[in-house]
Amino acid sequence: MISFISFPAQADDAYRKTRHYKEQAGDAYMDFDDEYEGQQSTKLTCPGETLTSAQDFMRGHGTYVDNEEVIASVAGTVERVNRLVTVRPVNSRYNPEVGDLVVGRIAEVQPRRWKVDANSRQDAVLMLSSVNLPGGVQRRKLESDELQMRTFFEEGDLLVAEVQAFFADGAMSLHTRSLKYGKLRNGQLVVVPPSLVRRLKSHFLTLPCNVDIILGLNGYLWVSKHIKASEQEGEQGFDAEAVYSNQNDDIDASTRAAISQVANIIKILASHSIPLSDTLLLDAYDWTMEQEGSDVKRLLQEDYGDALVAAVAPNM
Amino acid sequence: MGSRIEILNEAGFRSDGRRQYELRDLTIDLSRHGEADGSALISHGLTQVLVSVHGPREAKMRSHTFHDRANINVEVVVASFSTGERRKRMRGDKRVLEFASTIKSTFEPVVKTSLYPRSQIDIYVQVLQQDGSTLQACINATTLALINAGIPMNDFVCAVTGGVHSTSPMLDLSTLEENDIPHVTVAVMPKTKKVVLVTMETRLHVERFEEILNLARDAGKILHQEMKEAVLSRASSLVAMGEPITKGQKADDDVIMD
Repeated sequence: MISFISFPAQADDAYRKTRHYKEQAGDAYMDFDDEYEGQQSTKLTCPGETLTSAQDFMRGHGTYVDNEEVIASVAGTVERVNRLVTVRPVNSRYNPEVGDLVVGRIAEVQPRRWKVDANSRQDAVLMLSSVNLPGGVQRRKLESDELQMRTFFEEGDLLVAEVQAFFADGAMSLHTRSLKYGKLRNGQLVVVPPSLVRRLKSHFLTLPCNVDIILGLNGYLWVSKHIKASEQEGEQGFDAEAVYSNQNDDIDASTRAAISQVANIIKILASHSIPLSDTLLLDAYDWTMEQEGSDVKRLLQEDYGDALVAAVAPNM
Repeated sequence: MGSRIEILNEAGFRSDGRRQYELRDLTIDLSRHGEADGSALISHGLTQVLVSVHGPREAKMRSHTFHDRANINVEVVVASFSTGERRKRMRGDKRVLEFASTIKSTFEPVVKTSLYPRSQIDIYVQVLQQDGSTLQACINATTLALINAGIPMNDFVCAVTGGVHSTSPMLDLSTLEENDIPHVTVAVMPKTKKVVLVTMETRLHVERFEEILNLARDAGKILHQEMKEAVLSRASSLVAMGEPITKGQKADDDVIMD
């Protein structure tokens, strides 16, 4: 015998009903009372939202003034310093500042300068006068140096440099006049969103697994074989002639595995939008080493990556 | 009439069961796609568009650099499987190029290009599914992708397609309706209520125009609320992620200085 049961009453689901919208209340100015300064509650805003009146406040980055009002032009957090109101976008391209450490790739060789792709809004410029000569010779750059610029840096070469200054149009000028900076080799590049690299005390990290990491503030990270302390710049074993070498050193299999392991960890953390720090990377590396059947490729499986994030950054 | 589909029946319902002024389901996905600086996947009913924004970055061609502002470059790709009958559109297709230039001219006055001299902002629009009001979906998705990429804009741009069936106006047309009735796409900036784009490919009676324009502007405000909600929830989740892990609680290795 077949019996029919009437359908259960539909659950009261907001999406089944037609939604009617109320008139939005008029634009109220944001609350900038000084009492609230202590508690750092993050105020979010998005383009076109009125923040405050332009008569009492000054407009900073991420805002514009229209009709005597300060209005946000990007989506992000509202910040205030005295009378200056700025909006920091949650996600944007790298915004250079003088003194930042960046990793870049040579895009073009031009007369007396290189163009460097540094993930910014324009290609950065590296002048011939702001690089070190091989062997650390101190002298003016001659025409002969200009003719052999490609022996220093060629198109496609990766380098680590510091932001030296800005040009009038906002392009940044780099320099590599320190033995810490220069051409990169013995490793691999990892690209993450620039907002995930915070300014740290040092952007040169060394992990105990024989791996060095350079955290470029532009979101380009260099993961490479560790250079022994005795061979670091300024030490006895430092080979000043090799700064512009295109040849990788011998890298043994375990170091290669460690480099890819660290690179994969960084990719996982970046895909979960977790800001990178030295302790976090160390924790993550230790966690992967503790796991049974630890394998470089396994990290790229989604569940394993989620487990890693849950283990090292539980409150994410 | 016979096989013809009734656009609006006597009870006031449209062919897909909507009321005259009812908009279709809107879904917004702002998650990161590949290497793009910002991207947005939006669907109005069955119309689905994915937009990726790259930039501002160094312009590829010297002729595309302006010393005082950024260049906006829009490329539209219409998937061959996006319509009912499979049809391959070439990259140089005149209709697709016109589509791209419409999107470009809509966003040029809204994006603050003067902040990025000598740069280029690339907007790649991919139309994945078409069920009417494609331009509306493209513009809305582009707005969201630009905001997601952190590119400064004066305001949101919200677009709505409106049409008129004999004397009754309707919004957010599906393919069936779009093929049959005159329609107009309107893009507005909700804050100032300024209209940045009005475009139509069919003839519309001049006396109906104002009514549709006003309706579309109101609908734009509704879309704005939805889009704003999506942007803010994405922003708040990213901000929550970015907070230091030991916020509020003291880390073990903190040393208290007396």
